[in-house]
Order: sequence, then C-alpha cells, then structure tokens
Amino acid sequence: MTSSPESPRSATSGDGPATGGSGDSASNFLLSLRGLAKNFGPVQALKHVNLDIPAGQVTALIGDNGAGKSVLIKTISGIYPPSAGNIYWKGREIHVHTPRDSSELGIATVYQDLALCDNLDIVQNMYLGREETRSGVLDEIKMELATKSLLTDLAVSTVKSVRQLVGSLSGGQRQAIAVARAVMRDSQLVIMDEPTAALGVSQTAQVLELVRTLADRGIAVLLISHNLNDVFSVADRVAVMHLGTLVSEGPVAQYDTSSAVDLITTGGSLRAPASPAPAN
Amino acid sequence: MSMPPDDLLPVTGAPPDPGRSAVMIQVRRLWQSETGLAPILLGLAALVVYFTIRSSVFLSAGNITNLFIQGTIFILLGMAEIWLLLMGDIDLSVGYSAGIGGAVGVIMTNTVHHWPWWIALILAVAACTLVSGMWGVFCVYLRLPSFIVTLAGQIMLAGVLLFLINSQGNSGGSLPVQEKVLHNLVYGDFTPLATWITILAAVAILAWMILRGDQRRRSAGLEGKPMWLTILKVAVLAAAGILLIIIFNKNRSTFTVLNGMPFAIPIDVGVLGLGTFILTKSRAGRYIYAIGGNVEAARRAGINVNRYRILAFMFSGATTGVAGLLYVSNLNGISTGIEGGQYVLYAVAAAVIGGTSLFGGRGKMIHAVIGGLVIATIANGMALINVSAAGLYMVTGLVLLAAVVVDSVARRSSANSAV
Repeated sequence: MTSSPESPRSATSGDGPATGGSGDSASNFLLSLRGLAKNFGPVQALKHVNLDIPAGQVTALIGDNGAGKSVLIKTISGIYPPSAGNIYWKGREIHVHTPRDSSELGIATVYQDLALCDNLDIVQNMYLGREETRSGVLDEIKMELATKSLLTDLAVSTVKSVRQLVGSLSGGQRQAIAVARAVMRDSQLVIMDEPTAALGVSQTAQVLELVRTLADRGIAVLLISHNLNDVFSVADRVAVMHLGTLVSEGPVAQYDTSSAVDLITTGGSLRAPASPAPAN
Repeated sequence: MSMPPDDLLPVTGAPPDPGRSAVMIQVRRLWQSETGLAPILLGLAALVVYFTIRSSVFLSAGNITNLFIQGTIFILLGMAEIWLLLMGDIDLSVGYSAGIGGAVGVIMTNTVHHWPWWIALILAVAACTLVSGMWGVFCVYLRLPSFIVTLAGQIMLAGVLLFLINSQGNSGGSLPVQEKVLHNLVYGDFTPLATWITILAAVAILAWMILRGDQRRRSAGLEGKPMWLTILKVAVLAAAGILLIIIFNKNRSTFTVLNGMPFAIPIDVGVLGLGTFILTKSRAGRYIYAIGGNVEAARRAGINVNRYRILAFMFSGATTGVAGLLYVSNLNGISTGIEGGQYVLYAVAAAVIGGTSLFGGRGKMIHAVIGGLVIATIANGMALINVSAAGLYMVTGLVLLAAVVVDSVARRSSANSAV
C-alpha cells in the first residue's frame, strides 16, 4: 500500500529524520515517531522509539507488561508530554499537549474503560460532547439517523436498537460503540488499547471484524494486544516493544508466533527475519 | 432505567402490530422502564383509596386542592435536589436557603422597604441562585464533597436567616407578608373560566408536543411508539386535565365562594416544565446526566465538567428560591422557627420516592412531583384520621424505605433481563 521501506527495523539503527519533502518516505505515513522518549524521573519508560503508522492498515503494538505500550499511546494521544523526540502527522511535525489536541488532529484513543456513560443510550453516547442541535434544542432525530447509518456502515448489527442504554450492552457491543464514536468524529487514527481483553470468542471475532472494517475505510488503526492470535488474524503490520524500546517493526508476514514471542520476551529473536521485505 | 428523552425511547423490535402479545410487551415495558413511575403511582393510588375509606373529607375538592398546596414545598425543594442528585451531589442547605429567599421576598416588599413585588421576587430567586452557585464553586474548584460543603452551608444559612429576621427591628422572631402579590402566590386563585382556559391550553400544548414528536419520528423513518400508546397518553392527559378543572372549580368554602385553581399550581407546573425541558432537550441537561453517569467519560468527551456542575448548582438554587417564595406565601410570613433541616430531608425523600437515584445519573423532574405528593398525601390523610405525629413520622419513613426497596429490586431485575 505504501512505498515505504518495509524491512523490520531496529529502533536504534535506521532512523532517518521524518521531515516531509526531503525525499524521505515518512510523509507517506499518517503518523511517524522519531526518537520518542519519555522519562518518569529516573525511569526511562520509552527510549528512542521510531515508529511509522500508515493509513488504511492495522498496526499491532505488542509487548509484555511494562514494555511501554501504554506510555507510548498516552504520549501519542497527548496525555504525557514526550521527554524527547518528534511526532509527525502527515509529514508535519506536531506537538500534542492535551488529549483535546490529539483528537482535534483526528487521533482517537479507545481505552480499556471505553469512557461510555452507562446511563445514556447509544445515540447519546455517540454524540456526547458534540450534540447536534436545532435552534438550541437537541436534534434527536438527526443524531439517531446518523448513528443508525454509521452502525450499519460498520456492520455493527448486533445491537437491537440505538436507543438502548449502553449499560445494557455486552462487552463487544460496548467496544463497538466506543470505536464507532471514534469513527463518527472523523478520526484518521484510532488507537485501541486491548480491545478484546475482556471478551469471549464470538465477541472477539466481532470486534476484530470491526477493526478490519476501519482499516478498509482508510483509517489507520494502532491496536495494542496481548493476544497473538488476534494480532495475526487482523494486523497488517507488527511493532514489538521490549523494556521501553521498539525492538522490531514490519509487515505481519515477516513474523510468526514463535518469533513474536521471542521478541516480546527477550527483545530479540534468531528466528525473526532480518532480510529485506519482499516488497521493495 | 428512566432516561431523559423518554418520549424517544424506542419500542425495539416490537412492530406496532395489534397482536395481543405486542400489547403485553408494551405494558411490561411501561411498567419496567418507560418511566419507572408505575410502582409509586400504584402506591399513591393505594394511599388515596385507604384515606378515602377512612375519611369522608379526604377526597373532597377542598382537601385535594389543599393537598396540592401542602405538597408544593416538597415538590419544589425535591426538584431543587434532583438537579444535584443527578450528578451524585446533594445540597443539605436548601431548607434554610429557601428560608432566606422567602425572607428576602418578605422584607423587600414589606411596608418599610416597599419595593415593587417583581423586583423582590427576582432578588429572592437570585439570592438563592448565588448561594447555591457558591456551594458549587467550593465543590468544583476545591474538590470538596457537596455533602460537607452544604452541611456547613446549612448551619451558616440558619445563622444568616436569624440575622435577617432579627435585623428588621422588633420582629419577635417572625415577619409577616405585607404584599398582595406575594400573599397571592398561594392564596390567589384563577377564576373558574381562567382555570378552564389555562388547563385546557396546557393539555393541548402537551398533547401537540407528544403527537408532533411522534409524527416527526415516523416521517424520519424511525420506529416510534405504537399509535395506541400515544393516543392513550393523550387521553390520560386530557382526563387528568378535566379532573383537575372539576376539582379546582368546586366551591371550597362553606361561608363564601372560593373556587378556581390556586396560582401555586401553575408555578409548580412551570418549574417542572422548564426543568424537564432543560434536562431532556438541551446540551446542559445531557451533560448533567453524563456527569452523573461517568464523569471521566464526560471529561474525555470534551465537556467542561466544572462549568456544568456549577450551572446545575445554580439551577438548583433558582428552584430553591421559588420554593422559598411559595413557602412564605403559604405561611403568610417567615419565622425563625423554620425547620430548614427537616425540609431538606423531605426534599431528598420526595426525589427518591419518585424514583431518582441518590448515586447520580438517573432521575427526572417529575419524580419530585410524585414523591412530594406522596409525602403530602400521607401528612394530609394522617391528620384527617387523627394519627399522632409519631405515627406520621413512622409511616413517612416506611414509605421512603419501601420506595428505595422497590426501586433497587426493579433495577436489579431489569439489569438481569437486559442482556
């Protein structure tokens, strides 16, 4: 899809600056991180992370507990300011200081707690904070129609009514609503934190299908997961973190379960392909 | 279970076919989730039946009108609490705050100051709004629990009220209402003809809103409620309106002619209508529910939580101000003996009996009306059958407990059936 160098790259080796227009390929990526670091006092949670996220693809971010995945997404979404390094959005350098900054750029983060109001219905949650009004009065009909058509578009067919309270939905449905809300806000990058962690088999399948649908609509998805089955069934690209470092990154075809496990647990793998990717 | 846009709640999956089972589903839905009001309405009906059997006076037009007026203070203070209960907050100072609003109204219009009545009324409401807004600022910016802030507030306001009353010279601990309009807030009546016109107009407007809302959903291609339910709603509304007209227009006095709707009723209805409109049709209302449901979600959705919390405190204060004015009108004055602490408890009880949750996110303005009427009915009926104050307190407490039990059981069963 992109004409970028597709070889898995060690975070400490090839790091060309991602300034757009210098003939560099980074401008083809939706989001590029260069040398991103984050310290909490003496603790180095992120060390010089380089990562490119292309549009229309699912990038899976994997790693053990404490590898720095959560810090990375919180830095991207503006919760933590980076200690060093640059973030490029469509090739232009950006500075996100608050979650609002990132959501205005088009980055939506769906955290594990989903941030839904159980006492409101689906439509009300979808439009929370951005209600449509007609001369000051909430335009329920417009919001309901739009919600219905979006859920149909995303093939979220399991909810019986968009006027159901979110508190009455299943875990997978709630996840779907949180994702649909991100899409409704014209997000171009959707970051999902362990979306399937608490779900059963069929609901996991539904959510993964939704993830796929997002990518097919041209949205970039950054998916954090512990579950390698999920990763290999839905991801286009894989990025592995180990102890705050991005140890490997590349198309999913270059990984298999055992090499991924090696990378997650030790930060390196003899089985990980070191050769350039087939494309280019 | 009871949600803001209740006239938009869907009838999911149940097409309006006239089958018997569809009707049963509707009835169950009505009972379970539509408003959550059914159990307490049945309870109220049971109380009415009981007191009617025990006392021949209870169901007389004069007594029912009286009952509405008795309920006014509980209803209005209950609505003031609902603004805060929806966010999981509470205001323990509304009793004395209402007293201060009333005192401002009384003092400004008395023969010494003689301000125009409307300025006095606005000042009274503004004073209460300001006081509540101040509690809001403390709770929001200093992150203090509203329970403690308003507990301190209650004690302070009790002092302020004493000061206000004693500052008016040799008052002997009470100030009389000396202005006609303030007196008439409760004791003034519409003429029978005006009663007819007002109530019919109100019913017509409500019916039109219901029908138009339904019509708009239908024409947008969204599933709406079945037609018969809408018609039933409108019919009940019309019947209730006619019943009220008959009650209010009966002569309530044995010596002279006393009939027509007391002004207090449209004031209650006006506050109810305005509050319901804000809660269900405006962004502010939506955000108040969201804050009560999941404050973190509200914040992440970009809602200025602090601003809307303070706004809700101010709405609560304004409602308290109206309550205070009707209070002094009803008692024809304000005295240092006002039981401000007691009224707060009854206000919270009214809201909870009606079905509003103490933990935020769930409730409606109408709950205070139903709950307030239940409390007033018990007080009124018990007095008619000569039950002592001891019995009155015990029964009121029991009803509150029963309401909470019914509510939590109903919620549990609906939560179980929701999956």
